[in-house]
Amino acid sequence: MITEFTDIWVYLRTGPLLWLTATLAAYVAAQWVYERAGLNPLLNPVALSVILLAVLLTVTGTEYQTYFEGAQFVHFLLGPATIALAVPLYSHFGKVRAVIIPMLVALLAGAVTAVATAVGVAALLGASYETLASLAPKSVTTPIAMGISERIGGLPSLTAVLVILTGILGAMLATPVLNLLGITDWKARGFAAGVAAHGIGTARAFHVSEVAGTFAGIAMGLNGLVTAFLVPLLIDWIR
Amino acid sequence: MLGALTALLLCQLIGEAVVRLFDLPVPGPVLGLVLLLGFLALRKGIPGELAPTANGLLKHLSLLFVPAGVGVLQHLQRIQAEWLALAAALLVSSVATIIVTAVVMRAMMRLLKLDDDGEETP
Repeated sequence: MITEFTDIWVYLRTGPLLWLTATLAAYVAAQWVYERAGLNPLLNPVALSVILLAVLLTVTGTEYQTYFEGAQFVHFLLGPATIALAVPLYSHFGKVRAVIIPMLVALLAGAVTAVATAVGVAALLGASYETLASLAPKSVTTPIAMGISERIGGLPSLTAVLVILTGILGAMLATPVLNLLGITDWKARGFAAGVAAHGIGTARAFHVSEVAGTFAGIAMGLNGLVTAFLVPLLIDWIR
Repeated sequence: MLGALTALLLCQLIGEAVVRLFDLPVPGPVLGLVLLLGFLALRKGIPGELAPTANGLLKHLSLLFVPAGVGVLQHLQRIQAEWLALAAALLVSSVATIIVTAVVMRAMMRLLKLDDDGEETP
């Protein structure tokens, strides 16, 4: 019985099926908790899924590389999902065009704030250059951030983690912070979530309002572009 | 669904190819997004099956970030060593970015006398 079980485990752990299934199962469970809690931003489904899977990998002594062989199929869909943002963007194009100037000014202010405060605070607290360079592009979506990090001497895989942590944190904080500021406009709320917390902020914004989600998606795309130009300029300053 | 998925992948493929061909600083999927947007604008509408596929993907956008997030396991040592700097940086930066972006956007909208659509309080 025990050996049979071990045989099955040995078979499963070499293929992608096990960890692909585990990723989906963890997310389904996390989503269930999140919905049950009335979409409470503190119970962010990405955070819950990551914690669940990290514990599972640690307990079973599984390497991240082995896990990723299965999970890469989910990771791959980030590309098509980015392109799919064209659909809500097109549907709400009228709303977007009306506020294009406020959006672009806010984008620039937000992008500079994101990079400068993150690098500034970490530098003051004595983080290494490698960490600072990995941290600088943390507010933009994973593939863009990893590219920027590599170019300025950061660790792309550390950047990926910091990007996800930023996204989770931004998605948790956006609702309470914006309520505290008394900002009710869905366009501004969504846009701020997208600039600060890229795709995870966008996912959260879509949960509360389609208009907010659309503006968050635009913010994510535009911030990727602006930050790609901005970070190399700002990082020279501290090097 | 299949046609829509093919269209999304095709846009991504063209986006990636163009970015590499001309060595653009833009990521391939972002160019693919612009491409699809241009196509929808030319067509003056969203083809029937594209909307449910796109919305289905976007509904579970959170899921797609999970594999990269689990990568935190690879960096536990560095995170432990520099946790204070990292935690403070992420926290301060997230709050500051949300505030600055939202406040600047609202201020600009007021300046240009654009309306507030937040009748329903969040």
